[in-house]
Amino acid sequence: MAFNRKDLLGTRELTVEEIKTILDTAESFKEVSTRSIKKVPTLRGKTIINFFFEPSTRTRTSFEIAAKRLSADAVNISASGSSVTKGESLIDTARNLQAMAPDAIVIRHRSPGVPHQLAKMVEASIINGGDGAHEHPTQALLDAFTIRERKGELAGLQVAIIGDIMHSRVARSNAHLLTKLGAHVRVAGPRTLVPPQFDKIVGESEGSITVCNRIEEALEGSDVVMMLRIQRERMSDAFFPSLKEYSIHYGLTLERLALASPECIVMHPGPVNRGVEISSEVVDSARSLVLDQVTNGVAVRMAILFLLAGREID
Amino acid sequence: MDFKLKSQIMDAAGIKRALSRLASQIVENNVGTADLLLLGVRRRGVPLAERIADRIAELEGHRPPTGQLDITLYRDDLSTVGPSPVVNRTDIPVDVTDCIIVLVDDVLYTGRTVRAALDELIDFGRPRRVELAVLIDRGHRELPIQADYVGKVLQTTDDEIVKVMLEDYDEEEKVVVVERE
Repeated sequence: MAFNRKDLLGTRELTVEEIKTILDTAESFKEVSTRSIKKVPTLRGKTIINFFFEPSTRTRTSFEIAAKRLSADAVNISASGSSVTKGESLIDTARNLQAMAPDAIVIRHRSPGVPHQLAKMVEASIINGGDGAHEHPTQALLDAFTIRERKGELAGLQVAIIGDIMHSRVARSNAHLLTKLGAHVRVAGPRTLVPPQFDKIVGESEGSITVCNRIEEALEGSDVVMMLRIQRERMSDAFFPSLKEYSIHYGLTLERLALASPECIVMHPGPVNRGVEISSEVVDSARSLVLDQVTNGVAVRMAILFLLAGREID
Repeated sequence: MDFKLKSQIMDAAGIKRALSRLASQIVENNVGTADLLLLGVRRRGVPLAERIADRIAELEGHRPPTGQLDITLYRDDLSTVGPSPVVNRTDIPVDVTDCIIVLVDDVLYTGRTVRAALDELIDFGRPRRVELAVLIDRGHRELPIQADYVGKVLQTTDDEIVKVMLEDYDEEEKVVVVERE
């Protein structure tokens, strides 16, 4: 069988076969959300903890809905209301959570590697819901699912990822995932926010990564445009003069989008800053799949919970 | 895993005749095709449901709608079957409320698959009646479930395996009893 992992920590270590298993499984789960009774008994009696140290609306809600549609019990903890604020170390928190015997823990943390550390300490499956600027595997998987749904196949597609590449775990997870599936990824953004060696982060694959100097270069003839949010909360220095200037040089407008392929689709992991990285006309256009991404996110997370929590425990 | 062939139960013509009889019995029992919906249980129940629907179309001049059920998400052995099984899509083309549903499967054995299929169906609505048609009933029920239409009843032992092979998935078209070597 193509999937027998304990944890989902990143897209970097996934095999092509594992990725396809997740995406195929998600396709079947998408149907469940269209029923009038949107619930199947598959994970009845399983407990899933959503542990979010960073703010999140979409990802946390998506995981919670995914768990509930599979009949699992979902418990949400956020850092502000937890014992973390009382000085408990992460390791102690993890041990305490483990003592309550959850089957899976979804964790989001501002420090890279926290989910990996946790995975070694607890028996529950750990799902990385975003660790700093490192990885956000479920977002990349739902992006790949959305692209595949529209374009049929990822191999050979030109995918432009534009914006704050440096601070973006979405860009990193997508770079690994999309190239494994044979897509050609082009990244662009302000020089200060694009690591020049970004094309070296992926291993041998069918696809490729190109670092572009100008947004126009990345957009030209692309099949998919993925816009990233400017993450002011991760910026300690002045990487660009002002949001206004960023928007002028790197914002996606209808005029710039005209450079892409006529069938080009536009994606954004959210939350969208209208008028900064993307104009309102583009977000609301028929090419924008922003809300499809959110719908598909539930199906992809159901598939992941099913594949991890439903696994054989030896 | 190798299997030793013990006996052949049906050939292609035998399967065809059995399905024709099932089709006749279904329309006779339901006095025609009104509100009838045939649902095949994945995998081999799906082509069987299609074939029965074709045969009903020949008999009655109207082909009842068909669909497919994937019962993976309703199984009672998910934590014991090993790595997560492949989940396929359930596809029910019409509202099941007030329909007369005929579930179609290849082999009726423990009855657990049918239990799962019934649970899934109820989540889609309230059918007027649910019936069960199987090509082979091999006994050894673990739940109080019986078929309404049976192609052939087989006496089997627990270590025997009844294999229904259909051209849609297999190279041949036959029903055989095999044993693990």
